[in-house]
Amino acid sequence: MTTRKNQAELIKEISGVNPLKCMKCGKCSASCPSYNEMDIKPHQFVSYVVNEDIESLVKSKSLWKCLSCFACVERCPRDVKPGKLIDAARQIVVRERGGDFLSPNEIPELLDPDTPQQLLVSAFRRYRR
Amino acid sequence: MVYSYYPGCTLKNKAKDLDHYARVSAKALGFELEEISEWQCCGGVYPLGSDEIATKLSSVRALNDAKEKGQELVTLCSGCHHVIKRVNDDMKHVADIRTKANNYMQLDEPYAGETNVLHYLEVLRDRVGFDVLKQKVTNPLKGKKIGAYYGCLLLRPGKVMAFDNPENPKIMEDFIRAIGAEPVIYPYRNECCGGYISLKDNELAAGMCRKIEDSAAGFGADMLITACPLCMYNLNKNNNGTLPVYYFTELLAEALGVKGE
Amino acid sequence: MQRIGVFVCHCGTNIAATVDVKKVVEMALAEPGVVHAEDYQYMCSEVGQEKIQNAIREKNLGGVVVCSCSPRMHETTFRNAAQKAGLNPYMVEIANIREHCSWIHKNMEEATEKAVILMRAAVAKVNLNTPLKPGESRVTKRALVIGGGIAGIQTALDIAEAGYPVDIVEKTPSIGGRMSQLDKTFPTLDCSSCILTPKMVDASAHPNITLYTYSEVEKVTGFVGDFTVDIRKKARSVDMSKCTGCGVCQEKCPSRKIPNEFNRGLNNRTAIYTPFAQAIPNVPVIDRENCIKFKTGKCGVCSKVCQAGAIDYEQKDEIITEKYGAIVVATGFDMIKLDNYDEYAYSQSKDVITSLELERIMNAAGPTNGHLERLSDGKAPKEIVFIQCVGSRCADNRGKSYCSKICCMYTAKHAMLIRDKYPDVNVTVFYIDVRTPGKNFDEFYRRAVEEYGVNYIKGQVGKVIPQPNGKLLVQGADLLDNKQILKEADMVVLAAAIEPNPDAKKIATMLTASIDTNNFLTEAHAKLRPVESPTAGIFLSGVCQGPKDIPETVSQAGAAAVKAIGLLAKDKLLTNPCTAHSDELLCNGCSQCANVCPYGAITYEDRQVNDHGIREVRRIAVVNDALCQGCGACTVTCPSGAMDLQGFSNRQILAEVDAICL
Repeated sequence: MTTRKNQAELIKEISGVNPLKCMKCGKCSASCPSYNEMDIKPHQFVSYVVNEDIESLVKSKSLWKCLSCFACVERCPRDVKPGKLIDAARQIVVRERGGDFLSPNEIPELLDPDTPQQLLVSAFRRYRR
Repeated sequence: MVYSYYPGCTLKNKAKDLDHYARVSAKALGFELEEISEWQCCGGVYPLGSDEIATKLSSVRALNDAKEKGQELVTLCSGCHHVIKRVNDDMKHVADIRTKANNYMQLDEPYAGETNVLHYLEVLRDRVGFDVLKQKVTNPLKGKKIGAYYGCLLLRPGKVMAFDNPENPKIMEDFIRAIGAEPVIYPYRNECCGGYISLKDNELAAGMCRKIEDSAAGFGADMLITACPLCMYNLNKNNNGTLPVYYFTELLAEALGVKGE
Repeated sequence: MQRIGVFVCHCGTNIAATVDVKKVVEMALAEPGVVHAEDYQYMCSEVGQEKIQNAIREKNLGGVVVCSCSPRMHETTFRNAAQKAGLNPYMVEIANIREHCSWIHKNMEEATEKAVILMRAAVAKVNLNTPLKPGESRVTKRALVIGGGIAGIQTALDIAEAGYPVDIVEKTPSIGGRMSQLDKTFPTLDCSSCILTPKMVDASAHPNITLYTYSEVEKVTGFVGDFTVDIRKKARSVDMSKCTGCGVCQEKCPSRKIPNEFNRGLNNRTAIYTPFAQAIPNVPVIDRENCIKFKTGKCGVCSKVCQAGAIDYEQKDEIITEKYGAIVVATGFDMIKLDNYDEYAYSQSKDVITSLELERIMNAAGPTNGHLERLSDGKAPKEIVFIQCVGSRCADNRGKSYCSKICCMYTAKHAMLIRDKYPDVNVTVFYIDVRTPGKNFDEFYRRAVEEYGVNYIKGQVGKVIPQPNGKLLVQGADLLDNKQILKEADMVVLAAAIEPNPDAKKIATMLTASIDTNNFLTEAHAKLRPVESPTAGIFLSGVCQGPKDIPETVSQAGAAAVKAIGLLAKDKLLTNPCTAHSDELLCNGCSQCANVCPYGAITYEDRQVNDHGIREVRRIAVVNDALCQGCGACTVTCPSGAMDLQGFSNRQILAEVDAICL
């Protein structure tokens, strides 16, 4: 149980987010362009952290569907920043050994002649330690 | 006027046009972009974790370089602008990050967010002035109906980027008017193109790009402009051929009559 | 040295659970001058007060210290009790060991130590107290009501009915306020005009009520019972005594393109206008900024067509100075501007409107003559979406932190009225919570759902996306189904937050009445004095104090009237004897005290003084006891130590500091 709590605390610390400010209006989920691809929805990121269910959160495919577009951050009336919470969960995963979502070996087949460097560095930053 | 200039990695490779047309236009408009020596990649995305320090240092180096020259720092790529502007805000307002970053950097004088970061569009708006730009246009792009595509990185989070109204921006529309064309306002202009998701999940990005292009075309645009190489890539890749996408600097150079230089 | 009694209150467990009251008693007995100390469960009760009175008589006490709650709560109670036992009431001091001690500490040892220190300070002070005698001031038996909406009208009617003259100052050309813009009112759906207009007529016809419309309060001086107020009667450019209200001038006025404020700018009005047909007074004003005659000197059509010869282009603003005993603030509210909420496309689409705009559209006298239609193309909508909480309950600096309270109910009303009148129109409401506390309120909302088939979706909307075909795509969350919804609508209605009238801040400043961070006027006590401002003689009516609906506003308006009547019924008021005085031998006439005095109570006079045998004329500060509120700003500003405050003298304060620090 203590690890559950510690993990939730870690997410709060990394993200700088206080999930208790959430009033459960769902404007984040109403704004998210990746909503339909996510198993755990943006408004649920917040409640998962409040309920300290980080185990489910770090297994969620939503981690890899968030675009960091900040629509949820911009529109949140409570200044909760769900996008920062999901990034903190992603950090927890990629900072662990073997947690990378992208390997250099995959790159050659993902490339096309127009792939900008920006895409590669951005993906590496988000998907790997 | 001389500005420190941070081009970023993509502008040296796949987005050479974005950079080139910006430089020739700057010359025509009477300001100079002095490229920072030995700049390093900004990392592409802003590190959101409050405990991330090392990933912010390349931005701090660029910012400090400009500070030492006493110049404002101009960016062009939306990604670089987003990262550098936000890191600068951290250095100005977050004591913990400022202290740790300065501990790494060991500068003669600690950096505390002194440099003013300007996007090239902001230089046009706030330093040159769209009215002056309009006067310098020799080849107004009459009859072109252009949809501005802002994407997310320039606008959000609005409080830090302080670029324009994040839900109803107008800087690119004003730019389009200044070069003699007609702006087409459409609601998806500040919605995400998919960003880095396209590397591993292009279908998701494709859906978003189609919404953007359908919306722009529906409101009568016959082309899009952007400031972001990644937006350009995603939009082009997923374009069903209806709308060409240009860097705004290319149209700027064209309107100023310096495109061939 | 006084003979001092110390009385320590348990306040049930409020104090006694955290402070060792027996210890405080024990320590008090060791203080110099203390001849009596005891504790009791409720010192403010009759039994507790008797304990104080008995001790004063039996032990011949010269000073009393009560260790209890805040003096704001019971200082008067204990002073009155002491006075009944023959002690001057200003020989009583309160040591606040509840709010300042037990409520904010958890550790009993620490709290007890602090309680003892606070007790010691109070004992040290009371040792230097001197008996004070309040003066008297007169009460002008006339009330001023600022704002002529339903709150102001009701307050004025109630005061007038009690037999006192009352003036209403209303900024716009007519009384009626926001309520006159509403179509129907919840939860009974009576027509707003039908219940408001008779009250407007009553107010206008009442012999005790004077209306100053198109007028503003410009300056307020004086104090409770004796305010002097300057009212600017703006030039109407129409002679009220001649105008018959025939309306021909408005029909003929060629300047017709001015946004109509009463219809929220949804249509236009003329330069000479009455805001609405039932306006009181039914006398138009000329909007000089938009009048061709005033702008260019040419025109004069209204003057030519006026049979009564009432048009007067030469009319000037007039300042009326009047005295009042009581002032009631009833400045009301407006809706917030939606500039910060462009994701809802209010500025991008004519078919995204606010609830108050819908109110005008639904009204027979509104811009569409009561037909529900899209403002972009005049077409009848088939699909309407309401979005609740736009700018309310925000913690992000974009909106307001509070719940606007009225939106849930008026949205249910709008939804129900639309479904009733246009059964083929689908209505969807996106809500976060539906808040319906109030008599028959939840039943009303349930009727909207169960009988009228309004579709309530729990979740906020993220974005309203205008479509090339003129429709609006509403992208929202359905939190119960865990879905993101895309709903095509013809019209979107935003329940924008309400905020105090922008003038409230200016008026509060003039009245030295306090306001909160949201610019609502603050009440003297949130529970026990909800319609009084902490500034004596100032009362609060309606939304200027906080969001409320019509029934609540009318109740509060009546309560404010009763409080004002209670004041006006008195012939004299006792004044606070804790006022400042300057020592003529120390004062050097530097003016610094007068510069900081918020009440304008300090003037200067040349006075002959005898300074140790040297006679000379010096410029000396003089405090007007009637104006001084005893705030002490002058005493801390005075560089020569000449200013001192009775009841809070520098010696007394320093004795308290010594008792705490030494």
